Amino acid sequence: MSILVWVLRRDMMLAMRRKSDVLTTLFFFVIMVSLFPLGVGPERELLKAIGPGVVWVAALLASMLSLGRLFSADYSDGTLEQMLLCPESLSLIVLGKTFVHWMTSGLPLVLMAPLLGLQFGLSGQALWVLLASLLLGTPVLSLVGAIGASLTLGLRGGGVLVSLLVLPLYIPVLIFGAGAVDASTSGLGAEGHLSVLGALLVLALLATPKASAAALRISLE
Amino acid sequence: MGKINWYKYASPASFYGLAGKMIPGFAALSIVFFVVGLYIGFFVAPTDAQQGEAYRIIFIHVPAAWMSMFIYIVMAVYSGIGLAFNTRLSAMMAQALAPTGALFAFIALFTGSFWGKPMWGTWWVWDARLTSQLILFFLYVGYISLQAAIDDPRRSDRASALIALVGVINVPIIYFSVKWWNTLHQGASISFTKAPTMAYTMLAGMLFMAIACWMYTIAVALYRVRLIILERERHSIWVSELLTEGLR
Repeated sequence: MSILVWVLRRDMMLAMRRKSDVLTTLFFFVIMVSLFPLGVGPERELLKAIGPGVVWVAALLASMLSLGRLFSADYSDGTLEQMLLCPESLSLIVLGKTFVHWMTSGLPLVLMAPLLGLQFGLSGQALWVLLASLLLGTPVLSLVGAIGASLTLGLRGGGVLVSLLVLPLYIPVLIFGAGAVDASTSGLGAEGHLSVLGALLVLALLATPKASAAALRISLE
Repeated sequence: MGKINWYKYASPASFYGLAGKMIPGFAALSIVFFVVGLYIGFFVAPTDAQQGEAYRIIFIHVPAAWMSMFIYIVMAVYSGIGLAFNTRLSAMMAQALAPTGALFAFIALFTGSFWGKPMWGTWWVWDARLTSQLILFFLYVGYISLQAAIDDPRRSDRASALIALVGVINVPIIYFSVKWWNTLHQGASISFTKAPTMAYTMLAGMLFMAIACWMYTIAVALYRVRLIILERERHSIWVSELLTEGLR
């Protein structure tokens, strides 16, 4: 367990020393969402209808684009190799790194999302559901993305490749995340969707760190 | 008949010969079943009361959709065996199956939209099953491109095996999506729990086509795995002997 705390502190400190990385992801998200009204027109009803989906797709892309940061720095300076050699559980190390990845790429988006939702004219209720769905869903994105990031470590064209691998696996999260807000605005209640998101999160927490650890061993052997 | 040593065929060199012997048989079976299946599909099966003649596209659509899912599962099984026992041949088989699986997924989507136009009046509907078939196609594309991006064969085998195992979680979601989401798509055409709703000739045509697709898949995968074996083992003695014999 102490290894988890150690990884969390180390990666958090490294991330805080390079705040611009965090801000880049956040601003990508904001710009991405702001492009949609310019593209589809400023009609209020239309924006209200597509708002949750747009925010969710932008969150997916932002999370995916920041996956490169997850392992690449540690890979290029050899730290990752030492982590593989050390007797501690690699799954826990991966879990810690993924958690920090979420704290620095997912959480800022979650906090920013209600503001962007306001621009799309979402109601107060819908904003809360959007916040809850992102809070449950974005960690899944980081966890699943870690598998793709570790498989494509050090490959040419790794950035584009990781999107091919990871985006299809993100689709269930997108469906239930955006669906939660739609269900709540249409009066059906978002509990079902949020429960499925929670289930996906539990499943991802249990299964993906092991898969990512196996992927890292494959990529570095 | 003595006991056959199956492990012998886990070696690419001996499997190469076996595969070469099996290909003509499976190819011939595939042609026979295609002819029978298409004959039943076009001449024997009655015109559907509601859907008219256009329904006949299901004779390729449904087998293609089945195959695209089956092949992904088979690929995942081979990948799992390859990861667990470090057998090179199973990784090669998984790699050989992937393009055919992607082809069937594409055929299922393509013919589906041809069916959708007269039936639903639209080429494409964002229905659960269509969408999950599309996701399956994307999974194949991801698998193939990861395989292609890694030059070291050992890493490429193991990495793509892992992504196949991760993706296989998606296949049951595809299958059960019909039950999960109640949408435009008609329910599954064949059900094992209640009597089939279609005429038996239609069912027979579809099954013959499905078997034909199976045989085709096996023949093509074996052909492809032979090429992969040659490429991977090109520095070994038996391949160079084989090639010089072929030239002679």
